[in-house]
Amino acid sequence: MIRDILKYTGIFVFLILLQALILNNVRLAGFMNPFVYVLFILLLPFDTPRNLLLVIGFLLGLSVDIFSDTLGFHASATVLAAFLRPRIIPLISGKEVYESGSAPRMATLGFNWFVKYTAIIVLSHHLFLFFAEAFTLSGFISTLMRALGSALFTIIIILISQFLVFRK
Amino acid sequence: MRNLIRFLIKHFNFILFLLLEAVCVVFIIKYNNFHRVKFLNSSNSITAGIYGSFSNVVDYFTLKRVNEGLSVENARLRSELVRYKMELNANGTTFLSDSIAATYFYQSAKVINNSINKKYNYITLNKGSRHGLKSDMGVIGDKGVVGIITNVSRNYSTAISLLNGRWELSVKHQPSDQNGSLSWDGEDHRKVQLSEIPYNVSVAMGDTITTSGYSAIFPEGVPVGVVSEVQLDPGSNFYTIAVDLFIDFNRLTYVNVVKNLRVDERRSIEEEELDD
Repeated sequence: MIRDILKYTGIFVFLILLQALILNNVRLAGFMNPFVYVLFILLLPFDTPRNLLLVIGFLLGLSVDIFSDTLGFHASATVLAAFLRPRIIPLISGKEVYESGSAPRMATLGFNWFVKYTAIIVLSHHLFLFFAEAFTLSGFISTLMRALGSALFTIIIILISQFLVFRK
Repeated sequence: MRNLIRFLIKHFNFILFLLLEAVCVVFIIKYNNFHRVKFLNSSNSITAGIYGSFSNVVDYFTLKRVNEGLSVENARLRSELVRYKMELNANGTTFLSDSIAATYFYQSAKVINNSINKKYNYITLNKGSRHGLKSDMGVIGDKGVVGIITNVSRNYSTAISLLNGRWELSVKHQPSDQNGSLSWDGEDHRKVQLSEIPYNVSVAMGDTITTSGYSAIFPEGVPVGVVSEVQLDPGSNFYTIAVDLFIDFNRLTYVNVVKNLRVDERRSIEEEELDD
């Protein structure tokens, strides 16, 4: 338990620093900006209480906000992702039951499952984030393109990270 | 009553979700103010400290370019100095009297964090109140206007970037001396939009845009950019003008913070006028 808390705290700090120092400065094709920190929400164990998940999501988003001077935007998008997560897992895995303490990893759940899981949560997070930031629907197509492009970029990085770090 | 409590417990997760989102919305709305919530921005000592030490590492990669830029600026300033000296000698008098003594003072600072890809971009600098910085001071780079300081901590400060939809800069169309206002539409970090130039002024591509000096934040005549597109919509009294910025926001390293030594005097007299 203590080990898990330490491990996840480490991942939390690492992802925020990665986001603030490196990924915030990345712009592929001039507009695709990955927000990989949302990976933290994806990685938490299956039996994380839903309310704790929301609070963690809020703190995660708020930390990224403070670093990028976007107070409120990342927090709201990440809270949404944390809210959706426990509702999406049963949708894509059906009646499968997970042993307590296990966590969503590509190595244990397979490539297809993990891609679906990542894509749904990252897409909802990014769409919410970009439209909240634009705050209007005036540049609908350009905002949509930015959100989808960035989401694709984020998903690819997350999948690669699964191959590199969380191998069995 | 018991039903209400049961309802709250049953849907606690959803209620917590709404509550947290409400907090975020409050943050977003509060944040719309020009001066933002204290501490929850990148000038606080933890965040800016991390940015500062990280930029100490990555700075080595930009040294060559920074040096080249500095030497070019040095050469330009030196040649300007020679020109002024010659003018002074030609006049045979020194006319630097009290009336035109320095009103503005420059403080150099390093950009330790910067963004160009958001709708509302901010810059973090490695100088703070300890170095005499205050909010509402102007920030200029080697080629032109960069932004305005909004928040100051002891050792760091954040500035609102010109690439930020929440700020408009008062500028002057140099050939005609007409004043306009400059804002950013959030699209291209090399282009800003100039408005409020009336249709009877002749505006051509390549005209220089500089600061107007009306706001007491920037001295008059700091370069901003050149006109790259001019458009006059039928029925409109004002041009729609696109301006190419001189400064490359993607490569900000060192900037100067402008201190107006007489800002208080100027503000107080302007406020007196308003009171009357």
